[in-house]
Amino acid sequence: MSYLIDRRENAKNKNMVNRRRFMERYKKHIKRAVEKAVDDRSITDMERGEEVTIPAGDVSEPVFHHGNGGERTVVHPGNREFVAGDRVPRPQGGQGGGAGEGEASDQGEGEDDFVFQLTSDEFMEVLFEDLELPNMSKRHLKGTSSFKYEHAGYSADGTPAKLSVQRTMRASKMRHIALNSRRKRERQALQDALLAAQHAGDEVTLRRIGKALEELEKGIKKVAFLDDTDLRYNLHVQKPVPTSQAVMFCLMDVSGSMDQAIKDMAKRFYLLLYLFLKRHYERTEIVFIRHHTVAKEVDEQEFFYSKETGGTVVSSALKLMQEVMDDRYSPDEWNIYGAQASDGDNWNDDSPICSKILTESILPQVQYFAYVEITKRNHQALWEEYTKLEAAHPEVFAQQHIRSVGDIFPVFRQLFAKRSAA
Amino acid sequence: MSAVAKSERKPISTGSEWTFELVEAYDREIGAIAEEYGLDTYANQIEIIRSEQMLDAYASVGMPIGYNHWSFGKHFVEAEQNYQRGYMGLAYEIVINSDPCIAYLMEENTMTMQALVIAHACYGHNSFFKGNYLFRTWTDATSIIDYLVFAKQYISRCEERHGVQAVEEVLDSCHALMNYGVDRYKRPYPISAEEERRLQREREEYIQRNLNDLWRTLPKAREIDEASEERFPAEPQENLLYFIEKNAPLLEPWQREIVRIVRKLAQYFYPQRQTQVMNEGWASFWHYTLLNTLYDRGLVTDGFMMEFLTSHTGVLTQLPFDHPAYNGINPYALGFAIYNDLRRMCENPTEEDKQWFPDIAGGNWLEVLHVAMRDFKDESFVLQFLSPQVMRDMKLFGVVDNDKEDTYLISAIHDDGGYREVRDLLSSQYNMGDKEPNIQVVSVDLRGDRSLTLQHNQFSRKPMGASTEEVLKHVYRLWKFPVHLQSQWEGEVKQTFSVPQPVSE
Repeated sequence: MSYLIDRRENAKNKNMVNRRRFMERYKKHIKRAVEKAVDDRSITDMERGEEVTIPAGDVSEPVFHHGNGGERTVVHPGNREFVAGDRVPRPQGGQGGGAGEGEASDQGEGEDDFVFQLTSDEFMEVLFEDLELPNMSKRHLKGTSSFKYEHAGYSADGTPAKLSVQRTMRASKMRHIALNSRRKRERQALQDALLAAQHAGDEVTLRRIGKALEELEKGIKKVAFLDDTDLRYNLHVQKPVPTSQAVMFCLMDVSGSMDQAIKDMAKRFYLLLYLFLKRHYERTEIVFIRHHTVAKEVDEQEFFYSKETGGTVVSSALKLMQEVMDDRYSPDEWNIYGAQASDGDNWNDDSPICSKILTESILPQVQYFAYVEITKRNHQALWEEYTKLEAAHPEVFAQQHIRSVGDIFPVFRQLFAKRSAA
Repeated sequence: MSAVAKSERKPISTGSEWTFELVEAYDREIGAIAEEYGLDTYANQIEIIRSEQMLDAYASVGMPIGYNHWSFGKHFVEAEQNYQRGYMGLAYEIVINSDPCIAYLMEENTMTMQALVIAHACYGHNSFFKGNYLFRTWTDATSIIDYLVFAKQYISRCEERHGVQAVEEVLDSCHALMNYGVDRYKRPYPISAEEERRLQREREEYIQRNLNDLWRTLPKAREIDEASEERFPAEPQENLLYFIEKNAPLLEPWQREIVRIVRKLAQYFYPQRQTQVMNEGWASFWHYTLLNTLYDRGLVTDGFMMEFLTSHTGVLTQLPFDHPAYNGINPYALGFAIYNDLRRMCENPTEEDKQWFPDIAGGNWLEVLHVAMRDFKDESFVLQFLSPQVMRDMKLFGVVDNDKEDTYLISAIHDDGGYREVRDLLSSQYNMGDKEPNIQVVSVDLRGDRSLTLQHNQFSRKPMGASTEEVLKHVYRLWKFPVHLQSQWEGEVKQTFSVPQPVSE
């Protein structure tokens, strides 16, 4: 006696809870691996998962077992040249080698480290754990209206492509039952009478009944197999899907004092920001603006790799940002984020202008504006100005100082740390 | 080559794709043949699953319903990694000792593999579960699924009430002692989820009452003298988890219940650990026999047989000891060889067989095989049925590794002088007592610091391994008072472990 059951559609992630608990337990190791990956990886493959290594001792589930020593006897297969009483040298180097080792090493000692792969989702989750985007109020703004078709029951008209065969046949069946049930009942009665008549040999009645039956059959057949009224079509309606979208302005100083190392650090920072925004918004666009004394909107390649020289006027970039915003990214439709990186150099007279542009036209329109200063030297005029700004607008403006690659992730976490008060 | 001429062959299928109808058709034919051979089985519940679900089943040691614990997650991650990197293929099947007997078939298998799995699991393992005395004695196939459901629900309720962390700690400790949660000789009552639920509350109260008696801190004055003489436990106890469940001074009732659940599961899996060679050998013998019978009756094609034999040989290969991938004796190969040889002895006995196995040689092979399945475990099975022929075929030899000598001694080989010794050695290799350190509870300091003392009786001077102290920490977590372990050889204490470690003055 056998029952055959198809379980393929059953949930396959029975072990998700267990896997989660396992990750929870070894969070420390996982976090360390993720943070290391952020520092080590080339910028282009941030989004990959990561391999996590946990020392064997930490994950082992200890049980009582025998240690080495004493006398052990083992039976092995495949003897070729040995005879009883032979003595063979003990294999050197302990583990795993040749005859006699067998049982001793199969548990407990000599285990490898436990290595496993984080999926890219898990990686990102750990990476951005406890972080949030400030000022998410506008998040659900409707973006470019997109539509989704949703099933909305059945309708009596539609295109042939949407014909619902099942519903149509059901309607046809219903019509048949409704129109024919009386005739079928009568037919049954007549057939019974026919049998009785045959029995009795009553020719006249037989003929009469036969005729009536013929009429009935004709009537039954007249009811069409399918009628226009049977047709049913799947009904779909368009539903607008609100999309949340964000634009991120990356502003970077490319004057002579910014060397490639500093730009790389800036890029790492922007990348984290980009990944983070992507997790929160369905659509994320980036505008790259670089500047020395004049600002220019450029593509990614140029933004990070082209070389420029000359002095620095930060306000030029802010002005351009404002222009682009006015031009293409209305705050009604977009969540706007700004991130500025520089080594702190600026034309001394320019810093108050920056502050003014930010206060008057940029900060009221953006969700968040972050400034990172990447330098090992002392702060200059720009930092001073921005410090005042931060005090005046703590909700939307923040600045942080980065000295080395190792600072990037902590600084990033600080900028987006969850604010319990908010 | 075959008993049926080519023109008369009417194979059930010719392609390699399976369908539900074909699986049913094969199952019908194989089942009919199994019945002719007298295989007595539980009803089969064959479930088709995907490879991801197979990975799930792996991680939960084949239990269809398991409580949640991080270690299952670890096993899952491990299996998943190995599978994805191609280090490991998935087993073709997993079969569960339950009534009906649940067997998982993987969607990816070809028709031939499905037929092989049906023969192997649904008729081989299934009849073993139903017939073997250990399974009959120690497990109750009808109630295991219910019990697993009960355990899962109970543990998740505990998690809600006491927190995941607290439950996890108890489970960690119990898992460490799982191998010491079995009654090796006493027969337990069969488990039933209904009964468990009903009794659980009753038990809580009862234990608490008894405990209070045991741990009464203010004994009446006149009792003191007698009590100080008294030894507790009166006899050494081998079932550590049972002892802890009943006697640990400070465990909460729910913690005792969790100890009990782990103990019951350990008991359920205990027969499987003791009958691996027999169980796999029996299943392999029957898939081989059943599918060959199918072929003889013209129900399968030559191509089917080629594919079947390829994987059959793959599973049953025994690598020689000096092969780089050698990993001990393959239980499938050994078990299959012994059952196969039993049949040979019945059908074509030699002089040697008549001398070694007078009761078997020339007998009815079906009866002999069924006896050899029913009334033994690996240890006694090898001791009883390992024939000189099999020892010669596998070229078995015994090696003694004595740490007092510089070299290994080849103590016996597959020749007239060595058969008996090789057989004894191999048999003792499957003795659970030799495999695992023999540890028992010997005393509890009832009137003093309540410390628990365990004793390890060394076997062939084998000392305790490196993780002993880690495990003792788990015992300490459950017992909550100092725990000592003494490892003895010939009455002399060789190693002592204590948790917490005594403060040196």
